[in-house]
Amino acid sequence: MRSVRVLALAGLVALVSSAAAAQHLRIGLAEDPDILDPTLARTFVGRIVFSSLCDKLIDITPDLKIVPQLATGYTISEDGKTVTMKLRQGVTFHDGEPFNAAAAKYSLERHLNMPGSNRRGEIAAISSIETPDDYTIEIHLGSTFAPLLSQLTDRAGMMVSPKAAEALGDKFGTHPVCAGPFKFVERVAQDRIVVERFEQYWDRKNVHLEKITYMPIPDATVRLANLRSGSLDLIERVLPSDFVELKKDPRFKTSAVTELGYQGLTINIANGPGAQQNPLAKDKRIREALELSLDRDAINQVVFEGLFQPGNQWVSPESPWYQKSLPIPKRDVAKAKKLLQEAGMPNPVVDYMVPNDTQSQQVAQVIQAMAKEAGFDLRIRATEFASSLKLAQQGEFDLYQLAWSGRTDPDGNLYNFVGCKGPPALNSSKFCDEEVEKELVAERTAISEAERMKHFEAVARKTLSERPIIYLYHRKWLKAHTTKLTGLVDYPDGLIRVVGLKLQ
Amino acid sequence: MAVAVLDTLPAEKSPARRALGRLLRRKGAVFGLVVVAIFVAVALAAPLIGPADPSATNWSLIRKPPSWEHPFGTDELGRDVLGRIIWGARASLLAGVVSVSISLALGMPLGLLAGYVGGWVDGLISRVVDGMLACPFLILAIALAAFLGPSLTNAMIAIGVSATPVFVRLTRAQVLNAKVEDYVEAARAVGNPHWRIVLRHILPNVLAPIMVQATLAIAAAIIAEASLSFLGLGQQPPEPSWGSMLDSARRFLSQAPWMAIWPGASIFLVVLAFNLLGDGLRDALDPRQH
Amino acid sequence: MLAYLSRRLLFVVPTLFFVSLLIFTLQQLLPGDPAQVMAGEDQRPEVIEYLRAKYHLDQPFPIRYLYWIGGVLQGDLGESIRIGRPVRDLVLEKLPVTAQLAVMAFLIALLIGIPAGIVSAVKNNTVWDYAANAVALWGLSTPNFWLGILLILLFSVELGWLPASGYVPPGEDLAANLEAMILPAFVLGNAIAAVMMRHTRSAMIQVLGQDYVRTARAKGLGERVVIVKHALRNALVPVVTLGALEFGQLLSGAVLTEQVFTIPGFGKLIVDAVFNRDYAVVQGVVLFTATAYITLNLLADIAYFLVNPRLRS
Repeated sequence: MRSVRVLALAGLVALVSSAAAAQHLRIGLAEDPDILDPTLARTFVGRIVFSSLCDKLIDITPDLKIVPQLATGYTISEDGKTVTMKLRQGVTFHDGEPFNAAAAKYSLERHLNMPGSNRRGEIAAISSIETPDDYTIEIHLGSTFAPLLSQLTDRAGMMVSPKAAEALGDKFGTHPVCAGPFKFVERVAQDRIVVERFEQYWDRKNVHLEKITYMPIPDATVRLANLRSGSLDLIERVLPSDFVELKKDPRFKTSAVTELGYQGLTINIANGPGAQQNPLAKDKRIREALELSLDRDAINQVVFEGLFQPGNQWVSPESPWYQKSLPIPKRDVAKAKKLLQEAGMPNPVVDYMVPNDTQSQQVAQVIQAMAKEAGFDLRIRATEFASSLKLAQQGEFDLYQLAWSGRTDPDGNLYNFVGCKGPPALNSSKFCDEEVEKELVAERTAISEAERMKHFEAVARKTLSERPIIYLYHRKWLKAHTTKLTGLVDYPDGLIRVVGLKLQ
Repeated sequence: MAVAVLDTLPAEKSPARRALGRLLRRKGAVFGLVVVAIFVAVALAAPLIGPADPSATNWSLIRKPPSWEHPFGTDELGRDVLGRIIWGARASLLAGVVSVSISLALGMPLGLLAGYVGGWVDGLISRVVDGMLACPFLILAIALAAFLGPSLTNAMIAIGVSATPVFVRLTRAQVLNAKVEDYVEAARAVGNPHWRIVLRHILPNVLAPIMVQATLAIAAAIIAEASLSFLGLGQQPPEPSWGSMLDSARRFLSQAPWMAIWPGASIFLVVLAFNLLGDGLRDALDPRQH
Repeated sequence: MLAYLSRRLLFVVPTLFFVSLLIFTLQQLLPGDPAQVMAGEDQRPEVIEYLRAKYHLDQPFPIRYLYWIGGVLQGDLGESIRIGRPVRDLVLEKLPVTAQLAVMAFLIALLIGIPAGIVSAVKNNTVWDYAANAVALWGLSTPNFWLGILLILLFSVELGWLPASGYVPPGEDLAANLEAMILPAFVLGNAIAAVMMRHTRSAMIQVLGQDYVRTARAKGLGERVVIVKHALRNALVPVVTLGALEFGQLLSGAVLTEQVFTIPGFGKLIVDAVFNRDYAVVQGVVLFTATAYITLNLLADIAYFLVNPRLRS
């Protein structure tokens, strides 16, 4: 078998090297992106494609510092209510239209005003935008809003060609025209998205690839098979079990970076009639007992080969926003049992809603077995993703296993989930606490990071003991690529930035 | 199951016995019969021969290759694969038998009605059946299973309902043939009520091809359960079914192939057995050959 | 003949009407709110409201049906909520892919099923019969998603002969296209080879008992000549016409095969759409395939009718 493999490999090498000469990068995605309009888009995987198509006003570094992209610099007024951005000159959109203050204003206003915009909520704090000159914009805020800059490093900061956006309207996503290093060529739904190098890109000298094909291949085994057989150069979301093997394979390079998001258990505390029957809602000691019955390290070892990052907050222990004074609690079954006794409910029966994919279910079965030792009877109810949204919103669950892909600013992982004004499908616990609410508002309007950190700590103290959500772990973005690809830098947002990538 | 079917075949003993003889002369059918019997026995005896709790996890034994203690290896949560295959036989065989029973329970009365009554009743039923047959079977099953929610019971209902039109059409065609036979005419002439004609004279004579179809449909239903499980709509953990075992095994194909081989092989064997048995039954009951 | 044909054509309308009603109802019954699914991670209430209004999801059931069927009658199958493209375009984009897959699979099924059926009929109840049976039945007895994954592991990962997945349009590169399609077509064809075998076998057994075959044998013609020249030719007609009916079955199988091999055809389109609650896509594609299926059925019926003089009386 080995010799056959080597022979086949030799053939493949010949094939692949001819592809490499063409600087054509083929990326395997775990899902099919949704609509390719930065204003309307909503999926994580879509953001991967946008990072080659659409440049943003500002970007982040791997350690989450803000750096210029289409804006060359920014200043914030003392009252924190005005952000002034200087724009890069000589930038053109893919259709040849110039990028300037008017285009930037247009793009931001499109995000704000277009019906059905998914960006509006992210930058709703913007009250008006002015263009004092052709390459300066002033963003005025109704009140200070600390997460604003972070929002502009993502889709809300993506600039679109006003001409194309006007012409295509809500069909812009079928042929996006932005100012990124690559321009849109074609999309075959569920098959591929092809982009090619944009020769007038402002940073053209650092763009080495000529063409990128994104191929959505949902089955992780098949995605990996494509990498191994040479039909793909880079794949994202490798399974932890495969990752361990790939690490040993000299033909491939791997990378792992902790996500910005989290995986956790949402507890229905006050959402609808479901909360009244929920034993976990009756007494916070029962919630504490549930957390104490869990061994996060063991979950990580059993399901994820120890590759992921256990956690107990909405940001990972590696984040600068992590509250070190509130570390991950150790498993304590005896104490959990005692708490259940004290609460007068030694064997609570809990309805446990879990997405119906095999990995979530493996996690659920481990949790079920752990909680059982403390006396819990968790009844796993597998639910399709599409159904679970509505059930979560209506509170038809006791315990809900949920993943959040994460935002650069920690507020994006928190406010909507434990804040009183969080959308019902996100704050499905219907947790609403006066003190927490006050701190959340303070955190958003604070200007300095140190000040925000204090408010976050207050939120953490309260929510980690009230437990509307038990945070469990943070995934790692596991990628693998052929050794021919160089220049890949890992970002905690999991995206693939294509400037600087090169095929040898 | 198959033997029971033969017992309820045409009222007169001798043709049934002759058919049985023909069935037993076909080695393929005998093989099918034996394999089905073995799996049914395994499923029934699961509490005796299998582990007490096939869902009990053991984290020190995760994905261990086959050994003396665990001849089929262990799975992603350290459970004995052999034990889960044994218990899973229940779910998979149940999926086959129950879904087909649902199809029969819905399809035969509708087919009898359409065939016997005719007219607009037949027209209506036939159009509905045509419509359902025009939608791909698995799409119907997926949509129904998604509607009902992911679980083994719901998967069985979804498969059963989606497979119904075949039985309506088959029953109707058989009834149309039987309706004009002399013995039915005779029964009608002496003034038997309709229900009696249908139940006593038509039904027994149309059963044979339906039972053949049912046997083949069990095979298809077991595959369909596995397919729905593949999409996350079948048996849900921690309870085992072969389909859901295959689904979990997909994530560990290169690290733990044994997790996939045994449920795959079990599905293959039992489905092949039902197919062989069905083909054998068809030959045995088909007088054309002799 | 003409009367029969027109009667059949007359049935198409109510059948299609029922299909449209069935698939629409089933879709709308699915739990969950498509607007919510489409609102993505952020779940902004104002976005959800907007999507509900835009796609008439806030209207009562019969009104929504009228909106949809009204569009369909004017050739407008609606728009995919997920990717914002007209369903008609999606159907046209996927049609050649699935059609190619189906035709290739059908040919493979014939290649396996017909010889197996002949052997099984001629060497009835011998070891050859069982072997032929086993060959034809094994495809039917393996879940095809499962067979697909195993073949990928064997042919693309271990041997490196074929691409693991991915589709190349034939116009772009025919060789690459065939390389990508051969495994899925094999998996799919395998699953219906057994049906072809059964048809061939019973048709052969019937034909072999006919007078003209006996006559040919009596004339002292070699068994091979009798089987190939006389029996097979007559047996093939019903096999192929009945086989056409299996096209519907092919589509069902394509659902999972396309999923595994990431072939961007109808099957993949529709399954993803069911899980994403992309109503217009599910409804449009099912309605289209149902129409195609009914048309094929009709053609097969006519063909059967034409080649079977006995039926014409």
